[in-house]
Amino acid sequence: MVQNSEPKPLLEIKDLAITFSTPDGPVNAVRNANLTVMPGETVAIVGESGSGKSTTALAAIGLLPSNGEVSAGQILFDGEDISKASEKRFVELRGNHIGMVPQDPMSNLNPVWKIGFQVKETLKANGLAGSNPKQRVAQVLADAGLPDPETRMNQYPHEFSGGMRQRALIAIGLACRPRLLIADEPTSALDVTVQQQILDHLDTMTSELGTAVLLITHDLGLAAERAEKVIVMYKGQVVESGPALELLRNPQHPYTKRLINSAPSLAAQRGDKHEMAVDEVVAEKSEPLLKISNLTKVFDIRKGFGRKEKFTAVDKVSFEIPKGTTTAVVGESGSGKSTIAQMVLNLLDATSGDIVFDGQAIGKLSERELFKYRRRVQPIFQDPYGSLDPMYSIYRTIEEPLRIHGIGNQASREKKVKELLGQVSMPASTMHRFPNELSGGQRQRIAIARALALQPEMIVCDEAVSALDVLVQAQVLELLDELQRELGLTYLFITHDLAVVRQIADNVCVMEHGKLVEQGTVDEIFENAKSDYTRNLLSAIPGASLI
Amino acid sequence: MPENQNQNPEAGLPISKIRAGKVSKYTIPHFVAPLDETPLQGVDAVKETGKPLSMWAEAWRSLRKRPLFIISALLIILVIAIATIPGLFTSVDPTSCYLEFSNEGPSSGHPMGYNFQGCDVYARAIHGTRASLMVGIFTTIFVVLIGGTIGALAGFYGGWLDTILARLGDIFFALPMVLGAIIVMQLPAFRDNKSVWTVIVTLAIFGWPQVARITRGAVLEARDADFVKASRALGLSRGKSLLKHVIPNAMAPVIVVATVNLGVYIVAEATLSFLGLGLPFEVMSWGNDISSAQSQLRNNPMMLMWPALFLSVTVLSFIMLGDAVRDALDPKSRKGN
Repeated sequence: MVQNSEPKPLLEIKDLAITFSTPDGPVNAVRNANLTVMPGETVAIVGESGSGKSTTALAAIGLLPSNGEVSAGQILFDGEDISKASEKRFVELRGNHIGMVPQDPMSNLNPVWKIGFQVKETLKANGLAGSNPKQRVAQVLADAGLPDPETRMNQYPHEFSGGMRQRALIAIGLACRPRLLIADEPTSALDVTVQQQILDHLDTMTSELGTAVLLITHDLGLAAERAEKVIVMYKGQVVESGPALELLRNPQHPYTKRLINSAPSLAAQRGDKHEMAVDEVVAEKSEPLLKISNLTKVFDIRKGFGRKEKFTAVDKVSFEIPKGTTTAVVGESGSGKSTIAQMVLNLLDATSGDIVFDGQAIGKLSERELFKYRRRVQPIFQDPYGSLDPMYSIYRTIEEPLRIHGIGNQASREKKVKELLGQVSMPASTMHRFPNELSGGQRQRIAIARALALQPEMIVCDEAVSALDVLVQAQVLELLDELQRELGLTYLFITHDLAVVRQIADNVCVMEHGKLVEQGTVDEIFENAKSDYTRNLLSAIPGASLI
Repeated sequence: MPENQNQNPEAGLPISKIRAGKVSKYTIPHFVAPLDETPLQGVDAVKETGKPLSMWAEAWRSLRKRPLFIISALLIILVIAIATIPGLFTSVDPTSCYLEFSNEGPSSGHPMGYNFQGCDVYARAIHGTRASLMVGIFTTIFVVLIGGTIGALAGFYGGWLDTILARLGDIFFALPMVLGAIIVMQLPAFRDNKSVWTVIVTLAIFGWPQVARITRGAVLEARDADFVKASRALGLSRGKSLLKHVIPNAMAPVIVVATVNLGVYIVAEATLSFLGLGLPFEVMSWGNDISSAQSQLRNNPMMLMWPALFLSVTVLSFIMLGDAVRDALDPKSRKGN
């Protein structure tokens, strides 16, 4: 494949097929996959969940689950076929030849051992601990960008933030200077700004060490920005591969085109925008549907022995949402954005300040008024696996709000459920199914149908699309947009992802540590952000300056 | 090497400069798979084939294929049949004992021989099933009702209610069940009215904290789920969301523990009866039979072995059933695609 003939590829995967044996028969997770990683090169595999991208990478380090096996093809590492290599051979390779940075920083460090011990373990396993292992460990951690490594190595994982844990994992992955590093979604659980720092650092480190990186990601923008070569996988096959920029600018396969159209990071850079549901002039004149003024929430944190500490999660936040528009509240984790959503939904009481919905202060509602208010404001939550009761069929799930509010009879409710399923473009036959039979995006659509059942005026979306694959995400966003235009809905859209905001919102509020740092229309924020915090968030969106 | 990597991100360069994308020094061919090889499918299309399955239906489907479940279920059906219609399994009257047969070995029509009193061991074991099973089943029902209610309230409402109920449970937890039961069974009210029901009540008094703990844990986990929040936002009251959403989702571990414990309560009844504290002597039960066989252990060990065998097989089958149910309901093995 390489015309420049002298350097040999470090990793070459040829016609790889991986089969999983399941109770329902064998499943071909990967078919005919080909890829080449040259020494020192960064190659990104992009695909949605279930596309086989992680499986391919895991096969290269011999970590396939016990029911999976390489059923055809070759995995050549430095010319040696390791597709059928013994466990012993893999133990030799892992660590000092092939390193790995796993996906979830929260669960991949052992909580009962100190960070330093876990790094030392890796060094020892590969005989690289040397005469002064402590010093070596500190060095490795310092290389990964952890400040004050001597102190940090004596701490436990729970004392680390997500970003620091990911740095520790990178330190472990690179501790033995492998020639190939497999990074499986190394930053997908982190805030964008932290993601940027960590990837920048990983870039610097691997280029210094000359390590080749196989980066697995679902974000095409990120892949194009960080890798020389991008491989797009779909349904277990490589559908397109090529130089990153070329692929991004001149995609050939319809799936790649679809991905590029949907990736929020890229869409945000292009400036794709949704259409205003209502006439802007009308919106400005009308009374805002939701008005939040000086909203504050203070939590008591118990410190033991009756001592309490005050924690201000939301600090004097004020904003308004005009009827029929979408206001996005953006911030990193811990910024208090979800707390606002819970207060608007009256699931939490505000410490001070007012939330006025259609002229009515909702903190002072009586039981009956609150019941009526519930009908007008509905939530959609983040986790598609948690927001539907697994015991309820889809029919019961969507019917529940109608039943609670005593709307209609059996027959009219069934008709309504079918109609709602149609609105979220799901076939009516879905109503007999159960949540565990549906994908994340489908569940989220059911959650939307449930929220729509009471014909609310406002929907609070708390990270409603964050857990979804890009294509599904785009689909759900489009659905929300369509429903807004059809039904005149007002959205309060809570998200950590500024890239998504551009596709859905009219107005944006940016939050940091409980405070509102900036608010304005989408265009104002994206083109002319005033605060440094917002500018940082914007520049951290991957794929900037690629299009 | 790609040109952007040597630049330090902290060096104050404009961001666009740092992350301009990388260009390889190698020639990378642009490969496109033929479209007919991997046809493009609709985004997130709903699978409309296959029968819809609820959680329970799915659990049942995986359960009915497990040998452990099949064996234990068949044994339990047999035990239940014996308990309800003992006449189907023996025509010998267990109370008509003839001293001339004392300690005699098996003979035709009396496959397990006779005990010291000259009663048919097989007939007694068959007729003793009902008392043992009743204790097991009713104790389990009471324990689940009491423990489940207390655990669910404590877990769901939390706060001072949780503290009080948890401490109350701890007090009962701290007492060994058999020791506590010995004391309770000695109380005049219980001693004078010995019956199956006094044993059931005694065992339930000491059995509920375990179920309460497990229910509390499961409820704690379920109450913070988004679907509970969603139901509250739909206007469901707290109490109703507990009944309609939280408890059904907290049932699985309780069912598992209840099944396993059913066997444990049967053992506890036998222990109490063996100590002379459980069922009154007129009631035929495995515990009583084992107790009376104890003095004859050297002369006629089989007299003890037969009721003990019935007891062990019954208990084992409930524990096996509990295990099989645990496997089927284990959320980790069925994480939803």
